Amino acid sequence: MCAAHHTLDVPDSARRSFRRRTTATARRVVERWRLFAAYVAMGFRRWSTYRLAMAAGAFTNTVFGLIKAYITVGAIGAAGGAVGGYDAATGATYAWLAQALIGPVNVFGWRDLAERIRTGDVAVDLARPIDPQFAFLATDLGRAAYTFIPRGGPPLLVGALVTGLALPSSPLPYLLGTVSIALAVMASFAGWWLLNLAAFWLLDLRGATTLYLVASNVLSGMIIPVHWFPDWLWTVASCTPFPSLIQTPIDVVMGHVTGTEALSVIGVQCGWLAGMLLTGQLLFRAGARRLVVQGG
Amino acid sequence: MSESIIDVRDLRREFTVRSPSGRVRRTKRSVHAVDGLTFSMPAGAAIGYIGANGAGKSTTIKMLTGILVPSSGTVRTCGLEPIRQRRTLARRIGVVFGQRTQLWWDLPLRESFRTLAAIHRLPENVWVKRRDELIDRLDLAAFVHTPVRQLSLGQRIRGEIAAALLHSPSLLILDEPTIGLDVLSKERLRLFLTEQRELHGTSLLLTTHDMDDVQRLTERVIVVDHGRMVYDGNLPGLVGRVGAERVIVLDLVEPSPPLSGIPEAELVGVEADGLRQRLSFSPERTTAAAVLAAVGERASVRDLSIEEPDIEDVVRRLYLSTTALNDHVK
Repeated sequence: MCAAHHTLDVPDSARRSFRRRTTATARRVVERWRLFAAYVAMGFRRWSTYRLAMAAGAFTNTVFGLIKAYITVGAIGAAGGAVGGYDAATGATYAWLAQALIGPVNVFGWRDLAERIRTGDVAVDLARPIDPQFAFLATDLGRAAYTFIPRGGPPLLVGALVTGLALPSSPLPYLLGTVSIALAVMASFAGWWLLNLAAFWLLDLRGATTLYLVASNVLSGMIIPVHWFPDWLWTVASCTPFPSLIQTPIDVVMGHVTGTEALSVIGVQCGWLAGMLLTGQLLFRAGARRLVVQGG
Repeated sequence: MSESIIDVRDLRREFTVRSPSGRVRRTKRSVHAVDGLTFSMPAGAAIGYIGANGAGKSTTIKMLTGILVPSSGTVRTCGLEPIRQRRTLARRIGVVFGQRTQLWWDLPLRESFRTLAAIHRLPENVWVKRRDELIDRLDLAAFVHTPVRQLSLGQRIRGEIAAALLHSPSLLILDEPTIGLDVLSKERLRLFLTEQRELHGTSLLLTTHDMDDVQRLTERVIVVDHGRMVYDGNLPGLVGRVGAERVIVLDLVEPSPPLSGIPEAELVGVEADGLRQRLSFSPERTTAAAVLAAVGERASVRDLSIEEPDIEDVVRRLYLSTTALNDHVK
């Protein structure tokens, strides 16, 4: 009331109040970033405590990488040297990159939130002055940042030694690739967030999780490139966010798509990410509402 | 007028419990977890909120903190509407759910503090000072670098309380904080909480099963039963109301015959051939000194102690008396 009165009378104080408001907004933005950074850092540190699990994961991904690379190379050879735009070298590279992304993109997912909903620990999340989805997403980015080198490095290294990697020599694909991988990490998070939220309504998530794993593994291009799919399956895949998790970042990194085409697939990733995060936000509210209304 | 930090008016919360009856059908039943609760808590006060398991204590706390919607009635905590202003409220209160953790399992306490400081938007110079104070007062220094999953229960609870107090909330809500702690840890925690209240004027709402907690930490007691308030007042009043008796334990110089027949006191136990005897008396009708004087005429006393009635007993007696009253009214 008081401030409004002054703004009418004294232009000088109006300017001051405007400045005050701008500073307040700026401070809020800074605080939000600080919070985001704190959560990312925390996620990074949390996962850095599981070194043995990390090593085991990297080993498994590498061994399966060997198998996949040889099968892929064999299949391409049997088909006469090229399948759907991949020759032996690029096919093997695709297989290795897919293996390297399993860790950071968290293809096999997480169930922490579902567990917290089931045990009621989600009450602690609700008692904090922070949006849970924001907090979980930031933590997951920290996790991905930590796993990037220890889970991604070994398969690529072995790949480079065993089959060789066909990677672009200019920096742009890597730059765009990093953006695309970050989007893939967040999209994967957003998908698993939705699945975890089902715990608000379902007692047991095993069925839903299995279905999701099968769908996401096949349709993301984890097993074979989406470009090799028959038309009908390709259509099905492109109606889902799954190719955005593996196929898209690999296409960008390998320089399979470049220029505006690269930007357009990254745009598709952004679209899926925004849509899933928003749905997740609304569903969490509905779920929390159900919890707070019905008790639990 | 002093501002109420908690204001609850005719608060009710029902749960629907479905239980199978027959093969397909389920019967629905309404359970009144909180049933017409009204109380207010002035800023700076300390209340012990007690009752048997399932009396509605946790449900009340969840409604006070905005985690649960009331079926009817109004709640205001720190002058805010908990459900609508949950996040704003969360900046002003500290909550410890004794059975759950707000610390990050795989990280040391130190890291949890850093993240909590960011959550509560505390400036660096403020929270570091506060953290060091808490580390010092709660004696956390020895394990502040240890991952939380490796802490003992006592250490973890101290960590939880530090985490709940890092942002210097004006209201601290503790749900069974001392459950499972050993005597020494409980004592240390009580000293700390008393000191914090003196220093910062923090209001305290405490649910507990421990009589000593109530006695040492709170000046007011609210007892609930089946979601209804059955007592609101101080502890001596509660003890007086149910007629709970104090027990005087006498260690005599030599084995003596049973000390029955002391006026207004009742012999409740004789141990070690009469070397130790217990007499119960009601503080309303006589005093410990009078009982002691009467005993002195018959035996010489070497040592004595007085046992307070335990809370389970007081609450049970209170429940019994209210049930009897209700039956009478019906």
